Amino acid sequence: MRSQRFVTSLMVAAALLGAGPLAAQTIKVGFMSTFSGPGAAQGDQLDKGAKLYLKLNSGKLPRGVKIDLISRDDTGANPDVAKRIAQELIVRDKVQLLTGFVWTPNAAAIAPLTAEAKVPYISMNAAGVQIVTLSPYMARVSFTLWQSCFPLGQWAAKKFKRAYTAVSDFAPGHESEEAFTKGFKDGGGQIVDSVRIPLANPDFVPYIQRIKDAKPDVLFGFNPAGKQATAMIKAYADLGLAKAGIKYIGPGDITTDEELQGMGDVAIGVITVHHYSAAADRPANKAFVAAYKKEYGEKLNPGFMAVGAWDAMDVIFNVIRAQKGKLDPDKTMDLIKHYKNPDSPRGPIAIDPDTRDIIQNEYLREVRKVRGQLANVEIETIATQLKDPWKELNKKK
Amino acid sequence: MIRSIGYGADPRVRIIEWLPWVAAIAAFFLLPEYLSLGARILTYVLFALSLDLILGYAGIITLGHSAFFGIGAYVAGILSAKLGVTEPLLLLFAAACAAGTLGMATGAVILRTHGLTQLMLTLAIAALCLEIAHKATPITGGADGLSGVTIAPILGAFKFDMFGRTAYLWCLLLLFASWWLTRKIIYSPFGATLAGIRENRVRMHAIGVPVYRRLLTAYAISAMIAGVAGALLAETNQFVGLNVLGFETSGELMVMLILGGVGRLYGAFVGPLVYLIAQDVLAKQFPEYWYFGIGLMLVLVVLFARGGILGMADALAARLRKHT
Amino acid sequence: MEAFLSSLVSVAFHGIAYGMILYVISVGLSVTMGLMGFVNLAHGAFAMAGGYILTSAISRFGLPFPLALALAFIAVAAASMLLERWLYSRLYDAGELEQVLFTIGLIFMAVAAAQVIFGMLQRPVLLPDYLKGQVPLFGRDFPAYRVFLICVSSAMIAALWFGVERTLWGAMVRAAVDNRAMAQSIGINTRRLFTLTFALGSGLAGLGGALGAEIIAIEPSYPFAHLPYFLIVVSVGGLGSLRGPFAAALLIGVSDTACKYWLPQFGAFFIYVATIVLLLWRPAGLFGKRS
Repeated sequence: MRSQRFVTSLMVAAALLGAGPLAAQTIKVGFMSTFSGPGAAQGDQLDKGAKLYLKLNSGKLPRGVKIDLISRDDTGANPDVAKRIAQELIVRDKVQLLTGFVWTPNAAAIAPLTAEAKVPYISMNAAGVQIVTLSPYMARVSFTLWQSCFPLGQWAAKKFKRAYTAVSDFAPGHESEEAFTKGFKDGGGQIVDSVRIPLANPDFVPYIQRIKDAKPDVLFGFNPAGKQATAMIKAYADLGLAKAGIKYIGPGDITTDEELQGMGDVAIGVITVHHYSAAADRPANKAFVAAYKKEYGEKLNPGFMAVGAWDAMDVIFNVIRAQKGKLDPDKTMDLIKHYKNPDSPRGPIAIDPDTRDIIQNEYLREVRKVRGQLANVEIETIATQLKDPWKELNKKK
Repeated sequence: MIRSIGYGADPRVRIIEWLPWVAAIAAFFLLPEYLSLGARILTYVLFALSLDLILGYAGIITLGHSAFFGIGAYVAGILSAKLGVTEPLLLLFAAACAAGTLGMATGAVILRTHGLTQLMLTLAIAALCLEIAHKATPITGGADGLSGVTIAPILGAFKFDMFGRTAYLWCLLLLFASWWLTRKIIYSPFGATLAGIRENRVRMHAIGVPVYRRLLTAYAISAMIAGVAGALLAETNQFVGLNVLGFETSGELMVMLILGGVGRLYGAFVGPLVYLIAQDVLAKQFPEYWYFGIGLMLVLVVLFARGGILGMADALAARLRKHT
Repeated sequence: MEAFLSSLVSVAFHGIAYGMILYVISVGLSVTMGLMGFVNLAHGAFAMAGGYILTSAISRFGLPFPLALALAFIAVAAASMLLERWLYSRLYDAGELEQVLFTIGLIFMAVAAAQVIFGMLQRPVLLPDYLKGQVPLFGRDFPAYRVFLICVSSAMIAALWFGVERTLWGAMVRAAVDNRAMAQSIGINTRRLFTLTFALGSGLAGLGGALGAEIIAIEPSYPFAHLPYFLIVVSVGGLGSLRGPFAAALLIGVSDTACKYWLPQFGAFFIYVATIVLLLWRPAGLFGKRS
């Protein structure tokens, strides 16, 4: 009798011990985006991209491993809120990975936390050049403005002699201005004048008027993707700059896919350089756009932020698969540094092992009407597997 | 609105007034994972206290109180990030001085006006401060905010860490000191004149009270306390963003204070506590509906429960007393 | 010299267009505050509602532009009448603080509702073809829509001023603004007057929001973002007056545009400094009553 009980308890113990590795493991990932306030439209892009990836790829995790994506709202470009929610995710929810952020200042604010707690952060959008240098546990899957504006400047110098730059007055605006100016001047062009437009600006017309009166050959503009981009293009059209022979160019943010339909026909002919267009016809993108429309509605187009979220989730999935669900922060960073994906909706991408920043193609696009809809049509690949030019240029110093 | 708080009432601290402090200390031991939220609540209680002093007691409606909060935060932040001053107490002192000076300067201007004009001026001044902070990017970090704020460990031993333990106790200590000070003010003859000015300014003039000077003093003190709260935020977050000067901050503070109950000293305790906890729990699940709910709550409070939570508690207590 | 004159004309033109829209939106607020003494900070929400109605009427129901404009006016006026009867009237005797808080609460609700119903992106305004492009006037090209704006706003303003100066209703409003108790005692039904005037003011705000949707974008944070401008127009212009806010709105429109053109690095700085200076010089507003 007693020996029977002993054997039973041994078997139970063995079963329990054996069941350990087979028990479900949940990897908690903190997803920080903007769900309220004026920036909610951009945050929504990240959310849609990430959730779509999760839905379509849930079967691709190792057996018994699940992902718990914990969403938190940073309410906009509020670094102190960002720091608070990151802290709570780390201390209260005990996440193992952090991702998200539309806004650069938010990502910059959490850098010390990622280092102190050793929790890797993968930026889905926050594009300030400095971000990944702030902590060894930060990487970026989105883009930098130097990647789009520097080649644009070089290209523009071959076609135009005199340029006027008009950017929104915040860090990404300054970066885009610097990058374009460097590329344009290096190519022999002349910057006629430049203006920095306050972010909270309701009306661009006075600025555009000033630009028209200066008579440049080309106007380089940058606004944060969204309503500002639309307002700027409207002002450009209202004042007849195209008729006056001033071409409008900029990074893809000024004709971002999710807003493009709302801009109207005035956007036709605008030339941009960017790493992603919803109209691209490579197979991976066609599949992505189709899945996006199926999930969220025929009228909606994914923009570059949705793709940033999609690719970041791919990095996360890779990291989890490679470590079979048992994440170690330093090993994770090492894996991220060597990440390559030839088949992203935007083309081949990789992470630069030296800087932990994104390496990708940049495309020259023009806004055209395709089948009755406006689209950023990719005309040529202006830069292949481009590393962030700012870091390259500053390395030499 | 004021009941048995104020000059003439017994100034000794009643038993029930120790309750918040006991609760705060208990929270430190029982809820270690929520200490950064706790530090934030304490900071906002301090901020609300400063607003209550001029709104609840002196009767000045302001939508620009964030100007003092913000200047305190930025002074502390800039001294630390740009000039390397990291001693926490010194930073608080500098912030209080800066905010108090701004309070005196702006108070001198706006306290001679009233009504919509006064409201507009408070708005315009705060908006102006925001613009200045926005433009002065080399000093304030502009739209990206001021990072690199480092704070020396308190007394050389207690570091401001990720878990918020030091932050919580530091905020608690400062709140206690400010509460003590505010209480002394309210129970003093000075506090009595403030209440009098709020109720009937003409009469106060008639009995010879220097109304303008009293208001100015109260405004400056309130500004100083708000500045200390701002500096605390800078110290515990090690970061200062432009939103400390924004209209939303002033508006949110107003909501918190009204929720708790204006002019009752402890409304400033209850309001932020309830608001921030509700925000922490609810805003995560339903961010759009949170905003709607806050608006609805504000409307309902104004229509049906003007004294806020404490007002409702008082009404309830009175009704119970009637029945027993 | 010619270039300078040309830019002067541009700045004046765009400034006037912007100023007129500000006026059409804000005049209702001035009258409401002067007449009913009610601090209605949620006024911008009515303008936003007008804008949403216009853009939805055109894009979802295919209404022609003029009809959509009229709809914006009527619908917002009607809705505001209901709001006034049910909610606002309870607070007429309440203190300023209560009114401020109440209307801030309304703004929160309006902003959240807009976000839930219409989403976060800005609304595209589909203009009819006859209002697009440029129009040659006095030897220069001007954007057609802004010319339209100035014309329609001028017509509205003329009608409003005529109404207030020459009609019986207008006389009653002016009487009640001057001295409510007296007006009541001579038999004017101030309650009904309030409701009607409030509806008119809010309807105008809705119309202004709809007309100005091209210049001042319609999106959920509209009431917060532009509240300072509306308040500045009203407080600098003077409560209860019609001409004051007109002058203030034009002043703000033109100087804001001029500042952006010639001194872009100063941004909104100038507006706030100017407001402070003007309010200190004339606390009751440029044309307000000196009490």
